[in-house]
Amino acid sequence: MSKGIGILIVVAVVVIGAIMWATGIYNNLVGLDENVTQSWSQVENQYQRRADLIPNLVNTVKGVANFEKETYTAVTEARAKVNQINMSPEMLSDPNAFQQFQSAQDGLSSALSRLLVTVENYPQLKANENFSQLQAQLEGTENRISVERKKFNEVVQNYNTTIRQFPGSIIAGFTGFQQKQYFQAAAGSDQAPKVEF
Amino acid sequence: MKFYWITYFLFGSIFFAQDIPKLSKYANDFTQTFSSDQVNYLNSGLKSFDDSTSNQVVFLMINTLDGYPIEMYTHETSEQNGIGTKENNNGVLFCVVKNDRKMRIEVGYGLEGALPDALASSIIRNDVTPYFKRNQYYEGTIAGLNGIMAATKGEYKGNGSNDNEEGFPIGFIIFMMFIIFMLISRNRGRRGPGGFIYYGGGLGGSSGGGFSSGGSFGGFSGGGGSFGGGGASGSW
Repeated sequence: MSKGIGILIVVAVVVIGAIMWATGIYNNLVGLDENVTQSWSQVENQYQRRADLIPNLVNTVKGVANFEKETYTAVTEARAKVNQINMSPEMLSDPNAFQQFQSAQDGLSSALSRLLVTVENYPQLKANENFSQLQAQLEGTENRISVERKKFNEVVQNYNTTIRQFPGSIIAGFTGFQQKQYFQAAAGSDQAPKVEF
Repeated sequence: MKFYWITYFLFGSIFFAQDIPKLSKYANDFTQTFSSDQVNYLNSGLKSFDDSTSNQVVFLMINTLDGYPIEMYTHETSEQNGIGTKENNNGVLFCVVKNDRKMRIEVGYGLEGALPDALASSIIRNDVTPYFKRNQYYEGTIAGLNGIMAATKGEYKGNGSNDNEEGFPIGFIIFMMFIIFMLISRNRGRRGPGGFIYYGGGLGGSSGGGFSSGGSFGGFSGGGGSFGGGGASGSW
């Protein structure tokens, strides 16, 4: 009889220990997942900030006589495309959605950099203090985007490694944590539009 | 969290060959352009700015980046040295790459509101560049640092060596000493164009009159501030 109770106690201790252990791992995963969501919102903020700067930029260059129309209409179109894509943190595990988001944003990046290169041909724009400030804001935003993307990739790497490694992989499998996507450095896309002035 | 740093350093060593300096002072000149008096002067000015406002403004001048992007360099340097406090992320790095003729003001998260990109860019283009074009590096640096300090001084309260919140008489006395000091140094005509502005207490004066109290050896240690890529770059 007393032997049975002893076994029961051992089993209970093991079970409670296992539950506590699993809870610890699960809570850690939740924390990492939150980190990813948080740094994703930082990335989105910076992309939004860039999108918000564009109307101002387009209006400024529009005002310049003979400014090449194709360059700024390309920017406006690319911006419209970006605005159509809504990317919630839950979609970070979806490779297709992520791919779409990234290619739209990269499209806007390259349209913008073409516009800024064209500006070089218009000395009156370069001499304009308002335009210089706008350009500084835009460059600053591009730079922030690349910083936040880098930070995001680091956080995602941490998360992905944890859910793939043992023992995190078991708990993640039970509780439905999925791998998340990284930003890929597409050809030249991580390079902020660089303008010498 | 440990893992984060490991990846950071791994990535750092794979992609970037550029060495990130460990900054031990507020003003760091690795090009030997400034005299040691000038460096000390900048250093004590920036130290007293830190004491009175808790904003850490750090100056760094190097020779070349060998084609390495200045934006990456200043971001890595500021994050690894933890410029600014951890709570407020109120650090600024003013970096001049002399032979590349490039410079950048890197602004911490907490000061992006007080020193937005457009203002940083304007300081670079309008305050600093005209001096640098005439090879007046010292004057340009002072103009740049003054612009940065003027923009950021009201943002946070310092808890440094001078308590400005309660100690009005002390603050007042220091202010008067500051005025007298400025008058003396002006009368002696030692300062060239653009004297260094000190905000709040802590004269730290290692130049000019008899004020060699404290301050002259202001060692810098970062508070763990974080940077999000704010600021502006320029060239001359």
